[in-house]
Amino acid sequence: MTSQMARQVTPQGSPMAPVPYRVTRSRAETADTVTLTLEPVAAAIPEPAPGQFTMMYAFGVGEVPISVSRTGPVLEQTVRAVGAVTRAVCGTRPGQVLGLRGPFGTGWELDSARGRDLVIAAGGIGLAPLRPVVLRALADRDAFGRIAVLIGVRTPDDLLFTGELDEWRARGAQVEVTADRPAPGWTGHVGLITSLAGAADVDPARAVAFVCGPEVMMRVTAEAFIGLGTPAADVRLSLERNMRCGLGWCGHCQLGPLLICRDGPVVPYERAVPLMTVREL
Amino acid sequence: MEHTSGVTADALAEARFFVGMPDASLAALATTAEDVDVPAGHRFFDEGGSAQRFWLLRSGRVALDLQVPGRGAVVVETLPASAVLGWSWLFSPHRWRFGAVALEPVKAVQFDGPGVRELCAADPRLGHDLTLRFAAVMLDRLEATRVRMLDLYAHPEDVR
Ligand SMILES: Cc1cc2nc3c(=O)[nH]c(=O)nc-3n(C[C@H](O)[C@H](O)[C@H](O)COP(=O)(O)OP(=O)(O)OC[C@H]3O[C@@H](n4cnc5c(N)ncnc54)[C@H](O)[C@@H]3O)c2cc1C
Ligand code: FES
Repeated sequence: MTSQMARQVTPQGSPMAPVPYRVTRSRAETADTVTLTLEPVAAAIPEPAPGQFTMMYAFGVGEVPISVSRTGPVLEQTVRAVGAVTRAVCGTRPGQVLGLRGPFGTGWELDSARGRDLVIAAGGIGLAPLRPVVLRALADRDAFGRIAVLIGVRTPDDLLFTGELDEWRARGAQVEVTADRPAPGWTGHVGLITSLAGAADVDPARAVAFVCGPEVMMRVTAEAFIGLGTPAADVRLSLERNMRCGLGWCGHCQLGPLLICRDGPVVPYERAVPLMTVREL
Repeated sequence: MEHTSGVTADALAEARFFVGMPDASLAALATTAEDVDVPAGHRFFDEGGSAQRFWLLRSGRVALDLQVPGRGAVVVETLPASAVLGWSWLFSPHRWRFGAVALEPVKAVQFDGPGVRELCAADPRLGHDLTLRFAAVMLDRLEATRVRMLDLYAHPEDVR
């Protein structure tokens, strides 16, 4: 057994066996998105790195890959209800139990950005996998240069973690939010997230950019920063594909030569972009 | 609006929009430019008005809007610092297609459109260079508009 596979084995022994976690808190972020705080019922899974995901099992309904939105002493996952399983997960009340497998996949590798400016660009639910990066970077603020968090949402009501954004600002991040469809009274930016690229208070040439959201959004955002001078090798994206095993066994998450559960979800832009633009994949 | 003159070629060279433009062209453009400071709420232009200027935003934010009956001025896009505001001055019939209002106090470099058009007519290389720079801005905004039309963040049930 390789060391990578050894890490994936759950406390029960089988990497396919979900580990019971109790929901201790459920916080509605938006009309369709919930953040769950989770505590192990007994044994815990290994601590996920920012960017990694777990397979979340709603007992009797099904299992879905969900990124961690906080990791460390407190584990949180933020879920948008789009179908049967995510609806069941979002409906889980405090005290009820879900199953977790993992953590799986590659992380953002924040340490590689130490000493550099940091661009964190998120579209929609894409802010959830990036939140642990923001929290880690702000907890170690002096290790980084300037930090710009750019967020694109459909409407102002779709913004996640609204209670935290001012704290992120107070702790030294530039946080800019742009809405596609502003509501009356909205005083923030209006437009695609790329329109914020030029306003990010960073030196693009010495920045590392982490981008997460719908694929088209990631592509245009990455290209905007590369256009401003960020080295393509320093732009990372988080890809999504349907998953079953999470272990590199079943091939469900294949994207060209990559198995996203194992080689992703976080991949360098240069590796991702030729695959994202191929129609058949 | 407060005007202060004395925009230099060096000051323009610092703007991303002008990166790589020859010094002589920058010096020529600087003769048509002035620094302006406007308060929040200042209207740069109204839809349908005569388009005779453009601005390079240095700080603050500007909203582009359209008057929609029953809804008032609907903001279609905001422009942050470093953006270029206004391209209708370049194209006939020189009428603004949108309105523009400062959402915050704005510092900008304001260019005199007819003056720049004259410079471009006298120096086709400058004209070509400037037109390409505006085309790149328009291309970016067109792409952004098209991507917004995809409604990427919509709930899957709403786009089926
Ligand atoms: C590595 C990884 C990390 C993820 N992290 C998160 C997360 O942190 N929070 C979160 O809410 N979701 C996340 N997702 C997406 C989540 O896994 C899917 O939304 C979920 O699998 C849908 O399952 P379902 O049974 O609820 O809906 P399904 O019935 O499978 O799908 C319902 C509808 O949603 C669409 N859909 C399914 N998956 C996606 C998707 N990924 N993107 C867009 N539309 C989709 C389907 O086409 C269908 O129309 C992640 C996915 C991956 C691969
Ligand atoms: S989900 Fe099975 S190989 Fe990736």
